[in-house]
Amino acid sequence: MGSILVFLTALLVVAIWWLSRQGVMAKPWLEQGVAADFPVPDNLSSAAARTGLAVFLAVVGSLFALFLSAYALRMQLPDWRDVPLPGILWLNTGMLALSSVALQGARKAARDGEDDALKLGLLAAGVTALAFLSGQLLAWRQLTAEGYFLASNSANAFFYVLTGLHGLHLLGGLIALARTIVKAWRGGTTPEGLRLSVGLCATYWHFMLFVWLVLLSVLAGWAADVIDICRQILS
Amino acid sequence: MVDVPLGHVGPAHTADVEDVELYHPHSWVTKYVFSQDAKVIAIQYSLTALTVGLIALVLSWLMRLQLGFPGVFTFIDANAYYQFITMHGMMMVVYVLTALFLGGFGNYLIPLMVGARDMVFPYVNMLSFWVYLLAVLILVASFFAPGGPTGAGWTLYPPQAILSGTPGGQDWGIILMLVSLMVFIIGFTMGGLNYVVTVLQARARGMTLMRMPLTVWGIFTASFMALLAFPALFVGAVMMLFDRALGTSFFMPAIVEMGQALDRSGGSPLLFQHLFWFFGHPEVYIVALPAFGIVSDLISTHARRNIFGYRMMVWALLAIGALSFIVWAHHMYVSGMNPYFGFFFATTTLIIAIPTAIKVYNWILTLWRGNIHLNVPMLFALAFIVTFLNGGLTGLFLGNVVVDVPLSDTMFVVAHFHMVMGVAPILVIFGAIYHWYPKVTGRMLNDTLGKLHFWVTFLGAYAIFFPMHYLGLMGIPRRYYEMGEMTFVPPSTHTLNAFITIAALVVGAAQLVFVFNLFWSLRHGRASGGNPWRATTLEWQTPETPPPHGNWGKDLPVVYRWAYDYSVPGAAEDYIPQNQPGAHPATGMSHG
Repeated sequence: MGSILVFLTALLVVAIWWLSRQGVMAKPWLEQGVAADFPVPDNLSSAAARTGLAVFLAVVGSLFALFLSAYALRMQLPDWRDVPLPGILWLNTGMLALSSVALQGARKAARDGEDDALKLGLLAAGVTALAFLSGQLLAWRQLTAEGYFLASNSANAFFYVLTGLHGLHLLGGLIALARTIVKAWRGGTTPEGLRLSVGLCATYWHFMLFVWLVLLSVLAGWAADVIDICRQILS
Repeated sequence: MVDVPLGHVGPAHTADVEDVELYHPHSWVTKYVFSQDAKVIAIQYSLTALTVGLIALVLSWLMRLQLGFPGVFTFIDANAYYQFITMHGMMMVVYVLTALFLGGFGNYLIPLMVGARDMVFPYVNMLSFWVYLLAVLILVASFFAPGGPTGAGWTLYPPQAILSGTPGGQDWGIILMLVSLMVFIIGFTMGGLNYVVTVLQARARGMTLMRMPLTVWGIFTASFMALLAFPALFVGAVMMLFDRALGTSFFMPAIVEMGQALDRSGGSPLLFQHLFWFFGHPEVYIVALPAFGIVSDLISTHARRNIFGYRMMVWALLAIGALSFIVWAHHMYVSGMNPYFGFFFATTTLIIAIPTAIKVYNWILTLWRGNIHLNVPMLFALAFIVTFLNGGLTGLFLGNVVVDVPLSDTMFVVAHFHMVMGVAPILVIFGAIYHWYPKVTGRMLNDTLGKLHFWVTFLGAYAIFFPMHYLGLMGIPRRYYEMGEMTFVPPSTHTLNAFITIAALVVGAAQLVFVFNLFWSLRHGRASGGNPWRATTLEWQTPETPPPHGNWGKDLPVVYRWAYDYSVPGAAEDYIPQNQPGAHPATGMSHG
């Protein structure tokens, strides 16, 4: 259960840092009135949307960290046979990274008010993300063609489950991205609203890229090597 | 007196909030069925959860009939008995307690108590309820599926949960259970995001975190924990569903079933236990923390006394929330583990008793020299303290490895967790319903029926669960369909079992009084006015009762003080609402 505990510890550090700035040492029974600097978000819905996404990413992070904990426990058992990673995964990784970069560009374009660059960035992100997903499906087909079926070994099963789950999360992101693209083309929303949507998509995409890189490093076995090296240094 | 940097004391500008933020309902359907108003969603959640609770109650009756009078009720065979146990447990823990505290009380109280117009994502909030309802329907559907519901025990341990010897294991039962849990978790995540973000972002002007009522703190912390802990159950459910439906071996070891070797190998049943309890133990506190918060407010209000050690109460809530993630393996002492791990988890388990004890002391010190009004909500709150203390003490027994090992498979465990996680939170739920019903409906619940309900439930619960400790110490195993001939079981235990069953029937019947009261008072209850308990928190200060969509009329409230200004010396009334400007000088206030 190492990875989930590491993840939760990181969250705990953030929570303590945040709480320490919220006046948890205050003595409310001695105070009256309203502090002049009481933070009232000037735009509630955008502040709420950003916080909501942050909390949601914590939930998604917890989900993947738990899967990785299960992976780490299960792979120590003697029947484990590693899956050879299909080469196409590297291409897919590149596609997802491009997608993330394109959205970051779109975010910058939205901030600068460059309409064409924004549309281009959004479309490029959507196309590369779709390319990533199709690439993942190809990887599945390659693996089954080579005889690595879901039920034949737990390593295979974890490969399908982890990539599938990550793909599903990206698919959900694509729905949000599609709505943002429609907004960008049709208008019907304020520039602030559009900027918010693009920003949320970009943050989600970076997180999904990060999750994918962690998954890839675990599936490829590098993470285990790193942990082994750390263990040797410690002992 | 501590200097507190306050830029502006006195009347502040009321926040100008445009009315266009909220989607206002236009028809009966959008107002009462597909409503985006957190208060309506809260009532939908609560009524659904209470209905599930009644089903679970009937299941517990059936179980007790078998245990009290074995062999008399021939329609309860061993399979049916295990199905009753499983469904009773899962329904109560997940679909009743979690849904009622977070979905019900969370939805109703968070926006009102922090001074918001609604949850921050009303549409997602509405979706949350309908997804929850779907999960409930899938769960209930398993009663009518071929083979019936799963009988794997509420912990659903593999490999037995998906083998043919277990009811529902190779039929629909286990699949429907797992799918229902996954749907529930998705629905809860939608709601949980709302509860957390509303507290973080939508608080009224002046409502600092440390001015929030403890109810909000409890629900907030529990929601956050649930958001992080439920994924563990989700992961377990996904993997078991793959094992059951697609033939993988995540949890399935090489196994011989009915003389036939199954096509599985190498899986780890222990892995599921880790995942399950990584969810399962925080779940105890997901249910307990809202109860802690609500009880603090009930006690303070009905004893007309500010809560003792408010800061300590908040810190204790947070500490319990964090610690509860590192105690999970104390549910697995008998599953086999490294003795050092057992020592570690026993230590953390005992450490978590410290913040919990702080809370109990603070409740008692709040009562000390208070002006105690024994209203029905207060009775339930006091009963909670006693019951929780009781269950907590037996928890200290079971937290120690050497004591747990002989007791683990006995009725002692059943008695312990029903006291601490069953009876105690349910007492709070009742107390909270008696307390906030006037705000929800504008009418008081009937007092006489309420007291009848309280005394039968409180004393009856003790009649049920106290003797179970003795049964456990005598070695009566839990999970057994019938005892059969065992030399260590004296005949007196059979009498005791029959007594427990009769008590359970009576307590169950008393809940019908409560249900009747809920509906009867809707029409015939005494009109309550806006603030019948003369309480300080914001939900009692709404311009209208019951509060309409948007809660606050034109202007949002502004908060000038903490939530516990009861019996302030020199004040005109014995309570000062949170939104009352500082008529009373801050200097010279020394209570606590």
